[in-house]
Amino acid sequence: MADSITLQIQRYRPEEEDEPVWQSFEVPRRDEWMVLDGLNYIKDNLDGSLSYRWACRMGVCGSCGMVVNGEPVLTCATYLSELGPGPVRIEPLKGFPVVRDLVGDIQDFIDKLASVKPWIIRDEEQPLSEGEYLQTPEELAEYKQHSMCINCMLCYSACPIYALEPDFIGPAAIALAQRYNLDSRDQGAAQRMEVLSQHEGIWCCTFVGECSVVCPKNVDPAAAIQRYKVKATAEWFKSLLMPWSKR
Amino acid sequence: MNRPEGPNSFPRADRAAVNPSYRLYHPKWYRERYPIFWWLERFAYGKFITRELTSLAVGYAAVLLMFEIWVLSEGQQAYTRFQELLVSPPVLIFHGVGLLFLLFHSVTWLNLAPKALVVHLGRKRIPDAAVLFGHYAAWLVATALVVWYLVGR
Repeated sequence: MADSITLQIQRYRPEEEDEPVWQSFEVPRRDEWMVLDGLNYIKDNLDGSLSYRWACRMGVCGSCGMVVNGEPVLTCATYLSELGPGPVRIEPLKGFPVVRDLVGDIQDFIDKLASVKPWIIRDEEQPLSEGEYLQTPEELAEYKQHSMCINCMLCYSACPIYALEPDFIGPAAIALAQRYNLDSRDQGAAQRMEVLSQHEGIWCCTFVGECSVVCPKNVDPAAAIQRYKVKATAEWFKSLLMPWSKR
Repeated sequence: MNRPEGPNSFPRADRAAVNPSYRLYHPKWYRERYPIFWWLERFAYGKFITRELTSLAVGYAAVLLMFEIWVLSEGQQAYTRFQELLVSPPVLIFHGVGLLFLLFHSVTWLNLAPKALVVHLGRKRIPDAAVLFGHYAAWLVATALVVWYLVGR
């Protein structure tokens, strides 16, 4: 096995270029190195101006998502040695404006995430003296899968609809909305439905399904969206047949 | 609070508020234009587009069936002429290809069913495989009923 590998990195330095260019770097190829280790090697030894995000280096923080050889992945969880002899092409996540090099502007996602109120909403909080809101293991299992989301935005990068329809709320935000809708302690489903049942919500999704394929935490946002479509349709029929009933 | 004098003394956050086009620290984003042929970039995208396009074959089959019923109501002669048209080679080839499209759409669509349906039996959730099997079983039963009606009547 060769003792070095070429990383082709998309560079965008707004003060120098009008559009991104490719730059190649030779980095050591070590069995235990992730793609992120290669980037850190460049930053530390070859070009300190290379910009990218990372934090935890263990697949938890969701900061280091990039497109590697065309696939959206967490660079801290992708072995360099598994990417063949190279060169390895590294780009920023698709669908987001590029601020610099491999750094995208994620404000749109942050705003959309906040719009679906991803927190437990109660009509009335019970007094502390009554203790915790208890849940059975079955109730926990209903939403646990969706609660594993680490906001890495790989699903946005894999979703062509998000790139084509920028108003689409997107996979992770909808999955996280479902995470709270399915939580037995939550009473905010009606509030979220006002946002999710819009065209820009679930109905923009045409079920390409790649969001679930690339998700590193098996959150399955595609399933969350389709299940919410079934629920929203049932609610619509209910409101049509029984207009006097409360949502 | 007293601000120091000078052209750059205005706090950056305030500058952003005064001029909405000014974005902190990001003078110029690069926005990639999404390619028209995006569906050729990944196999899964191509499969998705094929699934969506082959839904036309499903629509065509439904319209054809309704048209056939209407022709039947027009009398024996019209129906015989229509049947002769259906067995002509170009129409047979067209319908053969249409059937392949229809089958592709049906299979890919049914395979997605467990993603959308969560079925509970009491407090237990039915596994996705069982939901999928249920859909294929229903398809088979419906097909068998149609075949039985056509062949056994």
